[in-house]
This record gives sequence, structure tokens and C-alpha cells, in this order.
Amino acid sequence: MKFLEESIVKIGLEVADAEDAIEAAGNLLVDEGLVEKSYTKAMRNSYKENGPYFVLAPNIAIPHARPEDGVKEASVSLVQLKEPVVFGHSTNDPVRLVFGLGASSSDEHLILLQKLTTLLNDSVNVDKLTSATNYEDIKNILEMER
Amino acid sequence: MIKVLTVCGLGQGTSLILKMNVEQALADKGISADVEHTDVSTASSMQADYIITSNELAESLVGHSAKVFIVNNYFDMDEINKAIDENVTD
Repeated sequence: MKFLEESIVKIGLEVADAEDAIEAAGNLLVDEGLVEKSYTKAMRNSYKENGPYFVLAPNIAIPHARPEDGVKEASVSLVQLKEPVVFGHSTNDPVRLVFGLGASSSDEHLILLQKLTTLLNDSVNVDKLTSATNYEDIKNILEMER
Repeated sequence: MIKVLTVCGLGQGTSLILKMNVEQALADKGISADVEHTDVSTASSMQADYIITSNELAESLVGHSAKVFIVNNYFDMDEINKAIDENVTD
């Protein structure tokens, strides 16, 4: 189980559009061997087919696919975008934080979602994640939640 | 006991997050409920009293026998509580 470790967090990334942002969040998981390459593609396809419903709150997108699309280990990455990006959501655009969710079918999946929900239910944390300039800032926020 | 579905596109991630917060909100209100998470196509053929989902997916559920209502910010407990107060009659 991996949750926002330094190797799967990217701060201040510039991207062309929403699909680029989803790909970046997925590739962080691919590079660490947490998901197969096919999973990133499935994340993009889900966006194309089901739309931007995974923009769950203002600023926050949680793209993901199914466990069978190639998840090796339950995991959550983060891409903090340098500039806000429009995903096409009716109320929650634009997005600054993209959490790539490697959805497994194990209990760890539940634990990860619980951690993520606890973190993001507090709007102060969301503001801090959005304004973080390095990984130390993110680490401090996560440690406060432990 | 009321039956509630939280619904997202795949039924794997975001509907589970909504389920966690909806269960918390209902428990705080003392409303006894069975909350299940699922994807939008499965939800169409499931029985429930209420369906909670995003604005983006609600239109796919028009015509469902359950009362469908919307939460826009899944991490805003105030919005979730308000939506429940306005829509759920215990």
C-alpha cells in the first residue's frame, strides 16, 4: 500500500489539458511499479466514456480505473498542477490537485480511501496541498493527520 | 431502515468515498440506513429508497424508482448533511 510517498507526488506540474493531467498522475504509479501501463490508459478511457464525475470537489480530481485494468498494489499518487485545468465539471472546475488512485480489490483499497477522505474532508488541508511548494510541505500535512 | 445507493461511473472509488461520508452523516443524525456503493449501470437495476450521486451522473438515473439527489462536493460534510436533510424523510 502506497499513499502519497515522495516518489509518487509531483509538485507544480505544467500540463496541456485534463487528459495530460490524468496521464501524469497515472504514470507516477506506473514508474513505481504499482500499476501496469494499461491502467493509465484505462483511466483516460474512463474520463472519455464517463465524463468528469471524478472531480469530487472544487480543485480535486481523483481519476482511477478498475482493479482488473492492471493494479499491482493499492496506491494513491498526487499531481499538483501549476495552473488550474478545466476538466468539464459543472460545479467543481477548475482542478489543481489530481490524485491518481490505483484501485485494488483488497482491504487496503478501503484503508487508502479512508485516509484520503479524512485528509480532504478538511478544507484547510486542501488549501495547504494546493499551495505546497515542495514535498516537505506535503509531508507535514500528512503527519498532522496521523 | 432505509436503503441508500451511492453511485459513480465505475463503482470502485468515488462512490465509496461518498458512501463513507454519507454513512457518517446518517449515523450522526441517528438515521438507520443500509448504504451500498455501485456503478451507474448496476444502480439502474437495483432497488433503493434513495440514490446519491454527482450532477454528471444523475441524468443517467432519471426514471429510477428511488429518489435521486445530488452532492457536488463529496468532501463537504455540510453539503452532504444539508442534502440529506432536504431529501431524506425518515
